Amino acid sequence: MANIPSHLKFLKSHEWVELYDDGTARVGISDHAQEMLGDMVFVEVPEVGSEVSAGDECAVVESVKAASDVYSPLSGEVLTSNDDLAESPELVNTGAFSDGWLFTLRLSDTSELDELLDADAYAEVVAEDE
Amino acid sequence: MPFIPHTQDDVQEMLAAIGVDSIETLFDEIPAELRVKGLPDIAAGMNEMAVSRMMAERAAKDAGALNFIGAGAYEHHIPAAVWDIATRGEFYSAYTPYQAEASQGTLQVLYEFQTMMASLNGLDVSNASLYDGASALAEAVLMAVRAHRKSKSKRILMPTTVNPVYRQVVDAIVRNQGITLVDVPYCAEEGRVLAGALKHFEGDDYTALVIPQPNFFGVLEDVDALTDWAHANNTLVIAVVNPTSLALLTPPGEWGEEGADIACGEGQPLGIPLSSGGPNFGFMCCKQKYVRQLPGRIIGRTVDLEGKPGFTLTLQAREQHIRRSKATSNICTNQGLMVTASTIYMSLMGPEGLEQVGAASLQNTAVLADKLCAIDGVDKAFTGAGFHEVVLSLTKPTAEVLAALAEQGIHGGFDLSQDYPELENALLVCATETKTAADLARYTDALASVFAA
Repeated sequence: MANIPSHLKFLKSHEWVELYDDGTARVGISDHAQEMLGDMVFVEVPEVGSEVSAGDECAVVESVKAASDVYSPLSGEVLTSNDDLAESPELVNTGAFSDGWLFTLRLSDTSELDELLDADAYAEVVAEDE
Repeated sequence: MPFIPHTQDDVQEMLAAIGVDSIETLFDEIPAELRVKGLPDIAAGMNEMAVSRMMAERAAKDAGALNFIGAGAYEHHIPAAVWDIATRGEFYSAYTPYQAEASQGTLQVLYEFQTMMASLNGLDVSNASLYDGASALAEAVLMAVRAHRKSKSKRILMPTTVNPVYRQVVDAIVRNQGITLVDVPYCAEEGRVLAGALKHFEGDDYTALVIPQPNFFGVLEDVDALTDWAHANNTLVIAVVNPTSLALLTPPGEWGEEGADIACGEGQPLGIPLSSGGPNFGFMCCKQKYVRQLPGRIIGRTVDLEGKPGFTLTLQAREQHIRRSKATSNICTNQGLMVTASTIYMSLMGPEGLEQVGAASLQNTAVLADKLCAIDGVDKAFTGAGFHEVVLSLTKPTAEVLAALAEQGIHGGFDLSQDYPELENALLVCATETKTAADLARYTDALASVFAA
């Protein structure tokens, strides 16, 4: 059974979002996604300070199999990006929901939150893949 | 591997499998008005005997002519061994094989090629070649835009001393991708870009500066000053270089304080015959930190499960068979056979041989320029020091002079008047190591006779 933390929101394209009370959010790719992609060799994170819109390609995760785009689940300004990934891209494999996070956002449009999947809905997406 | 075409039965079976009547049906979605009804301007087929006769007659028109044209494609001596080895069955393919790792010999050649190019350019990594010099420069521009994300303008400083054909190709490839080429003028006396002229561009955002070395006029650019100016202004540096010249000149990786970020160019001078304009090949090198933006294939050296050394395609994750439209490049057609020939050429010449070729070409051009400029009506157009090409300024129309020389069996150079109308009656002349003292004297006498007339 896939590991899907219940406090996170998801996109069908396998990104997760952790929402905070102060209007910011943290984004990464799911454990299922990293498992499908295999060993990470390179992660390209978005530039701090840049504005992204929901659905934008804003990061690239490159594994031994493929380089895949990561879409921003929400619109906002990029506050931080995970600099540890430059040296240790494998953090995405070992801790997809923790140390392998990609970037944080200050949200500009909270109405977009309704579009996200909850853990149960995402579990169905994963089940279809398996 | 034999090429076995499909039989009619194979074709019918495949059509039946997808439920289509004829191959023609597969093209239904192309509107009828866009489809060509025939090719009326193309002659009917000829048999082998007739073709051989026609080609022999055409080839005879060129035979024996002394060639002093460079302008991007250069006549160099090619040791006979180069093409004897390159055309062996084991090497004779233009492409990296589809089961690449099964062809260790081909991969090793490409790996050696990359090592040589990286060394010549003084940069960390090289790809396994590109289509030609012009498209390599276009790829370098696209790469600079990908690599320099902080620069939002997507504007590229492009000196007008870059080969005009390259500038056209680059513009055609990048124009519709939101990238703008901004002309950088050259100094009319020196025939090169002055670092001072770049002041005009300071304070604005430019993604990259292209620096040709030598430039299209054969003149050496002030590469250290230009490179340092670019880096001080948060602009990447793309070098477009002649590989033969690198045996003598400072490699791009050592220009200025930090070196050029990307270097590219035309590989033809390294063992590829002129043969009416192609095939050629392009090359590209860069600093290690940009390797993931480098287009095309890269061969790596590794060890297998038993610890034995072997070669493999590396960093494939961004290539077109995996990334499709998002690949780093979809026009990096591999010129594998040309690269094989150039690798053999470089191995046979060695660093010393390549240096001798460069030095002899430089010397011949300098001697020829002095001889020609002694003729009344012929003068050097620029004061800047050069490599193996020089621009002459004539008192007669260039086209007329070239026609008169052609009648004496001499291809006298490249007419610059179309690309550089501001240079009146200008002629670009090149004398490589293939020219003897007698050849230079023959050209001088012929030109003197044209001006005496």
